[in-house]
Amino acid sequence: MDFGELMSIFIGVILVNNFVLSRFLGLCPYIGVSRDTSSAAGMGMAVIFVMTMASAATWFVYNYMLLPNENNVLYLLFRKMIPGITPESFDLSYLETIAFILVIAGLVQLVEMFIAKFSPALYRALGIYLPLITTNCAVLGVAQLNIAFSGQPFSLLKCVVQGAGAGVGFMIAMLLLSGIRERLELADVPPSLKGVPIAFICAGLMSLAFFGFMGLKI
Amino acid sequence: MNQIVIYSVVVLGGMGLVIGLLLSVVSRALAVKTDPNVQKILEALPNVNCGACGYPGCQGFAEAIAKGEADPAACAPGGQQVADEIAEIMGLEAREKEKVVAIIHCRGGSKCGKAATYYGLESCTSANLAGFGPSACVFGCLAMYDCIHACPFDAICLDENEMAVVDREKCVACGKCIEICPRSLIELVPVDKNYHVLCSSKDRGKAVTSICEVGCIGCTKCVKACPSDAIHMEEGLAVIDYEKCTNCGACAEACPVGAISFFAGKEVSTV
Repeated sequence: MDFGELMSIFIGVILVNNFVLSRFLGLCPYIGVSRDTSSAAGMGMAVIFVMTMASAATWFVYNYMLLPNENNVLYLLFRKMIPGITPESFDLSYLETIAFILVIAGLVQLVEMFIAKFSPALYRALGIYLPLITTNCAVLGVAQLNIAFSGQPFSLLKCVVQGAGAGVGFMIAMLLLSGIRERLELADVPPSLKGVPIAFICAGLMSLAFFGFMGLKI
Repeated sequence: MNQIVIYSVVVLGGMGLVIGLLLSVVSRALAVKTDPNVQKILEALPNVNCGACGYPGCQGFAEAIAKGEADPAACAPGGQQVADEIAEIMGLEAREKEKVVAIIHCRGGSKCGKAATYYGLESCTSANLAGFGPSACVFGCLAMYDCIHACPFDAICLDENEMAVVDREKCVACGKCIEICPRSLIELVPVDKNYHVLCSSKDRGKAVTSICEVGCIGCTKCVKACPSDAIHMEEGLAVIDYEKCTNCGACAEACPVGAISFFAGKEVSTV
């Protein structure tokens, strides 16, 4: 594992496979919170943080609790009680979605409590966005994609890099759209397209633009 | 088959249990101590987050009261009732507060001449910047909905003369319209006073009569008519001192153009 590979994962997930603009994940906050730049930046920071933490946490859950290998926690617990049991009996990888959402929800709650205690200013700035991230499909998406790459699960470091990159990509998309929407407020938009409709059109055009990165070789 | 069910239940149940225990321990350890009064005050407040008190929303106001920094009577939408409730929570004596409402010192509307046709953004602020807007009077109401949109309580509307008027029943004196009006036409006045100078023009009499049917021409008849010496002239415009005004109505009778009017409620009527 070299630095170049990590960089290519990081850049790739920001530009080529941007979570919002290429994979169409997390569209709800993308439209809902992009009305002004400051709240878009707040949401972006919160998502970067949660995605990075969630990538690491779900990696441990997947590798030590769901995958059938020598380190499976259940296997280590039960192998003395039930003689002749093999790790293959504990193949619980089909539980990944529900296990991941459980871990992410718990993690976000934990993070929220920490922030409320140690940085009330940041807590107020993030406001409702932090609990909203609990069920953000982009966060679940990054956890799923971390394990779905070419059948071979990512290493912990690669997962964390991909999670952070996905968060940065989300924040870039949010900031770009919020900048456009702030200018649209002053533009002469036809009445039937005012507000969200024109934002959807802009989001579509941005997505087309980001598809231009598709052939990028890193 | 049975095994796989048991294992999945054990894994998910175990994870849920561990995360739940962890969260409960952490929430106990990291509990943020809040003043119980803040929550009580917040419940007593109208929670419209209008900002009239000068604090960031009702939450900020409640915290400031609990700390003893803010005046419980500062909540304009809540009025006396809320002030009393908060005072009870905090164990203080509530101060009597004079009820005020907003009034727009202009009733030109369709009675005011037009100097130009305006094709811009429908906003008083924009129109005022663009060569003082369409109306001939540079002091009068532009009636382009800035205050109507700014009012969180839907208390301002356009009347039949295309003139913005304040509904006194709905107005809570939050002051949002005062901030937004580019011509500073709006003022808070005591709700029990019924006679107001509904003009802000500082032009000379002749200039006013040439553009507006109901503008103050500075004739000083009201000043002479007032028995309690409550009206005086300021830069060619009659101004009522509400502390001295006794609601007698002599000024409205004396006014030759109807710039001083009986105004109590939504509609404007000339006496």
